Amino acid sequence: MNNFNYTRAKNIEDAVLSVSQNSDAGFVAGGTNMIDLLKYNLIHVTLLVDVNHITGHQAVTENADGGVRLGAFATNAETAYHPLIEARYPLLSRAILAGASAQIRNMATNGGNLLQRTRCYYFYDPHTPCNKRKPGSGCSAVGGYNRIMSILGTSEDCIAVFPSDMCVALATLDAVVTMQGVDRTRSLPFAEFHRLPGNTPERDNNLQPGEIITSIDLPANGFEKNYSYLKLRDRSSYAFALVSVATGLDLKEGLINEARIALGGVAHKPWRVKGAEDFLAGKPPTPGNFATAAEIIIAGAIGYGHNNFKIELAKRAIVRNCLMALNPESQRPGAHPSL
Amino acid sequence: MSHKPWIGQPVSRIEGQLKVTGVARYAGDYHVPELLCGYVVNSAITRGKILEIDTREAKAINGVVEVFTHQNRPSLAWFDLQYADMDAPSGAPFRPLQHDDIKYNGQPIALVVAETFELARYAASIISVTYKEERFSTDLESNKDKARNPKMGLATFLKPLPAKPSGDFDKAFSDATAQVSADFTHAAEHHNPIELFATTVVYEEDGKLTIYDKTQGTINCQLYVGNVFGLHYNDVRVISPYVGGAFGSGLRPQYQLFLSVMAALELKRSVRVTLDRQQMFTFGHRPPTMQQTRFGADAQGKVTALSHEALAETSQYEDYTEVVVNWSNMLYPAANTSFGYKLVPLDVFSPLDMRAPGGSTGMHAIESSMDQLAYALKIDPLALRLINYTDFDVTANRPYSSKELRQCYLQGAEKFGWSDRNPEPRSMRRGHKLVGYGMATGIWEAMQVLARVEALMTAEGKLEINSAVTDIGTGTLTVMTQIAADELGLPLENVTFSYGDSKMPFAPVQGGSFTVSTVGSAVKAAGKALRKKLLKKAKNMADSPLKNMSEKEVVFERGGIALKHNPDVIVYFKDIVATRKNKAIKTTNMAFPNVFKLKNYTRAAHSAAFVEVEVDEELGTIQVTRAITAVAAGNIINPKTARSQILGGMVWGISKALFEETVTDHRFGKYMNQNLAEYHIPVHADIHDLDVIFVTEKDEIVNELGSKGIGEIGLVAMPPAIANAIYHATGKRINQLPIHFDQLL
Amino acid sequence: MQTNPTGLKPKIALANSRVISFHVNGIPRMVDVSPWVSLLDALREHLDLTGTKKGCDHGQCGACTVLCDGKRILSCLTLAVMKEGSEITTIEGLAQDNHLHPLQKAFIKHDAFQCGYCTPGQICSAIGMLSEGKANSRAEVQELMSGNLCRCGANTNIIDAIMEIKNAGGYE
Repeated sequence: MNNFNYTRAKNIEDAVLSVSQNSDAGFVAGGTNMIDLLKYNLIHVTLLVDVNHITGHQAVTENADGGVRLGAFATNAETAYHPLIEARYPLLSRAILAGASAQIRNMATNGGNLLQRTRCYYFYDPHTPCNKRKPGSGCSAVGGYNRIMSILGTSEDCIAVFPSDMCVALATLDAVVTMQGVDRTRSLPFAEFHRLPGNTPERDNNLQPGEIITSIDLPANGFEKNYSYLKLRDRSSYAFALVSVATGLDLKEGLINEARIALGGVAHKPWRVKGAEDFLAGKPPTPGNFATAAEIIIAGAIGYGHNNFKIELAKRAIVRNCLMALNPESQRPGAHPSL
Repeated sequence: MSHKPWIGQPVSRIEGQLKVTGVARYAGDYHVPELLCGYVVNSAITRGKILEIDTREAKAINGVVEVFTHQNRPSLAWFDLQYADMDAPSGAPFRPLQHDDIKYNGQPIALVVAETFELARYAASIISVTYKEERFSTDLESNKDKARNPKMGLATFLKPLPAKPSGDFDKAFSDATAQVSADFTHAAEHHNPIELFATTVVYEEDGKLTIYDKTQGTINCQLYVGNVFGLHYNDVRVISPYVGGAFGSGLRPQYQLFLSVMAALELKRSVRVTLDRQQMFTFGHRPPTMQQTRFGADAQGKVTALSHEALAETSQYEDYTEVVVNWSNMLYPAANTSFGYKLVPLDVFSPLDMRAPGGSTGMHAIESSMDQLAYALKIDPLALRLINYTDFDVTANRPYSSKELRQCYLQGAEKFGWSDRNPEPRSMRRGHKLVGYGMATGIWEAMQVLARVEALMTAEGKLEINSAVTDIGTGTLTVMTQIAADELGLPLENVTFSYGDSKMPFAPVQGGSFTVSTVGSAVKAAGKALRKKLLKKAKNMADSPLKNMSEKEVVFERGGIALKHNPDVIVYFKDIVATRKNKAIKTTNMAFPNVFKLKNYTRAAHSAAFVEVEVDEELGTIQVTRAITAVAAGNIINPKTARSQILGGMVWGISKALFEETVTDHRFGKYMNQNLAEYHIPVHADIHDLDVIFVTEKDEIVNELGSKGIGEIGLVAMPPAIANAIYHATGKRINQLPIHFDQLL
Repeated sequence: MQTNPTGLKPKIALANSRVISFHVNGIPRMVDVSPWVSLLDALREHLDLTGTKKGCDHGQCGACTVLCDGKRILSCLTLAVMKEGSEITTIEGLAQDNHLHPLQKAFIKHDAFQCGYCTPGQICSAIGMLSEGKANSRAEVQELMSGNLCRCGANTNIIDAIMEIKNAGGYE
């Protein structure tokens, strides 16, 4: 870890200006991933701009369109336990609470959650090739120990997984990400925020240098009646997902009016397949239909050896989680499978 | 009021208040004026040579005091023997910064010393190293052909090699009604105590060293430092009262001790070196081991043939060994046996004893195979153990000093509800979950080695006991205080046990579950000697009411010596000391095992573990929903701390069975999950209903306390019990640890 | 193979320390730190409050848990400069006038530690958890305490100690 200068930004404009003028500058909010990466010497900054004292982006508020706005600097815990989120977006609440630990959720912010880096072993090890860390050096995970890696949307350059739980729910909910740069504010649908690795795995998302996430907007439909988040991992808590599933179902007269399903732990971004959701629309919520949807979602998945199991596991997890969504009470603390 | 014995009482930890208030200081917590901080640089390659190590930029930083490498280290001891600590296996111990050779990935190659921790860490990160890489081998499986017998050494005394074959195994196995054979593997595991390895070396004004070190043996480290750096032992004092877990990792001096002492001596300054969590994966570990069992039994379930072979990793420079294959015949007296234990030297750091070394490895294979045998014979797994029960150790042709394993089986089974078990796999379920019951046996040798203890009666009539022994969280302080208090009939608050200091009388490294038996026996010996001395002096007091009284006619209680037949007559300890101008009365005594008595008996602690698991039928997820371990370990000095020891062992068993593994990428020859996010140990949400039973076991042979040690016995039976429960739940026999849930899909 | 693991060059003046002030255990404290000093190291090295422990320095074990403005956080992933003006409570600040905090007493009673190294973090975390008020069952307590690893395996005793205090309706 190198030393750096530190400043507290008074407002977004100041923050964005400071960082855009210095290519080695970075923002710090919760710090839970930033400081971890600094200590591992994976990123280097000469200036850290602390955005925690900027007012106006810490709140969770109702929007005029019936949706809800999450301030980018609100912590994960504040968001998960906010009465509006608990009541109207319980899927988001569940997903957030399945991630990290209570202490980290008390620190980590919503904006930071979108920007966390992969947990790929080789990304974290500066002595092994990694295209994400050092473009052009190669991918050690292909042909290496890849139990935690992607099965969908991979490229030969990178099979890393995006590790967030919260983002799996945000993808399900069709959230919109708003970011501010020096000369403009813009918004992106959630599906367009994160990137697949392709041949530029060093870029996790479409945030431009100098831009900062200011808010995340949730549309009015929170699927609060039928939802579930399921997370499968190597221990019961405080571990990254091997496979996670967020499901929101809108049921009408015994049939699925609308279905949303997103996967975590399987790709470089939360994984949603419109074809599967379209397939379920208008059909009864049966295990058979969920299994067909799962096949559609997982179509094209590739195993790299140690992670082959994720293909079958993801299918089964989708079915189980959709069934759990029919009875949200069956969810348990820690997003474990229903009893 | 007569003395009520402390032994057997659930006394709360004496140091408890210091630990819950943050007052207890661990090795890296000592504040010393002008303290320098060291940070280690580790090799990025697995085998080869350092061609160049460029420290100029690092040294140029204001605040960086020195960078030590193999090129500028001081001249040190020449002979391997001088680097061999009490726990060194046969071979040539690793010497940090010895030369340009790289023997394993993560080897320490430089130490940066700076004014602050942050500066040292930064400077370490900018040192550039050029290596010449050589071919290396780190994979046990693909190097099986290099297996060879271990070299004999001092360590083989405590870790005997396998017994010679008996009978005719091949014939007995082929004649057996039921035959099972299976292969078992597990990956490397690292101890990962939560406390990082740290050493604070105080460079005293007279050039002597006071060293706060994270260790399981203060004298072991004192001798090591003296030998390696050519110092008088009296000039080296190693202090370690609080140890933040060790589990074997502190049995040998770790490299931060060497590096910090070297820097302190060279710079004539106080220096602290704390390893980071990644560096906690750059020394000893439980070695990956491959095992094969072949067990045969007759139609009645009598085991007739036992074969157990193991192949274990060691380093290229030391032959680390474990007792893996010696256990099955101690438990099951088959007449036809064949055992093998071989090593494969690889380009890794030497393995190191890790909680229940060897035993937890071997018992996993043995008890899983016994479960398999039970199914082959259609005999209940518990019944099969009872059919083969013995009080006689056929491997040594002698009886056990005591063995209440049968009671462990019976009481454990009763409390667990074993009889509710439907033996058919996949036959029990709750909702989505398949339910499995599994059981297994545990065994661990009860050992005793040498220790000395000093006992003093002070002018205040208080007892002071001194030993160099550590307390790694096992409860040593509390238990020794209890033993000592009983010797003199005192309340606990009038007894001070001082420990964790090499200045005090000799204690061996704290491991192998032998501390209570070893140091506790010495406390007893010193207490006994002090009683004699006090009585003698009391008898010599003017007008002593104890004149002509023998020890049989008096009792030690209420802070003095009273007449048995007339307790109103008492001479207080402080009055005895007062006759000596208040100069404390003191004695130092040694306790050692009575080999003439012990050689006729095998001494071992036993356990039986009963486990319930739930496995999600579709998703494979596994929970150990409840477990009971019944333990026969002789006399339990403190049921409260002892229970915690067993619970801890059970959690380790769950961890070993389901979570822990250090993953190696053999292309790079390095561990990939060197952190606590990806090296999984259980979290609170993984640990459910655990229960412990101590069965009554009297043993007048094993040692004067009748205690057998409990540090390891809680662990050994759990991994196979869990694997057996998973088989019962799912019908899948997974012999590779840890068992990942996806293997059950 | 050549490694300069980080590719870092000394780019920045290393002497950019500044005096910051915050309250620690109710007492106003000033420390002179550079931005790269973690709150954990500031407490341990600058204020000699070594009750807060370093177990991984990367947010993976929970040993460094302290309360910041009443909330449990990881001091290893916090820069000291970020907490200027905050109210920090460490394990050393829980006992009042030599009276142990009820959770500290419960930890002793239930033998909820062995080596004691994770204990300060466990206790601070449990206090934070109880004041959050989100755990209603033993399973929820286990889940919400899962950010604190215990290598000695005192897990059941730790949860027993916390449940005793929780079931007694807290401690205030």
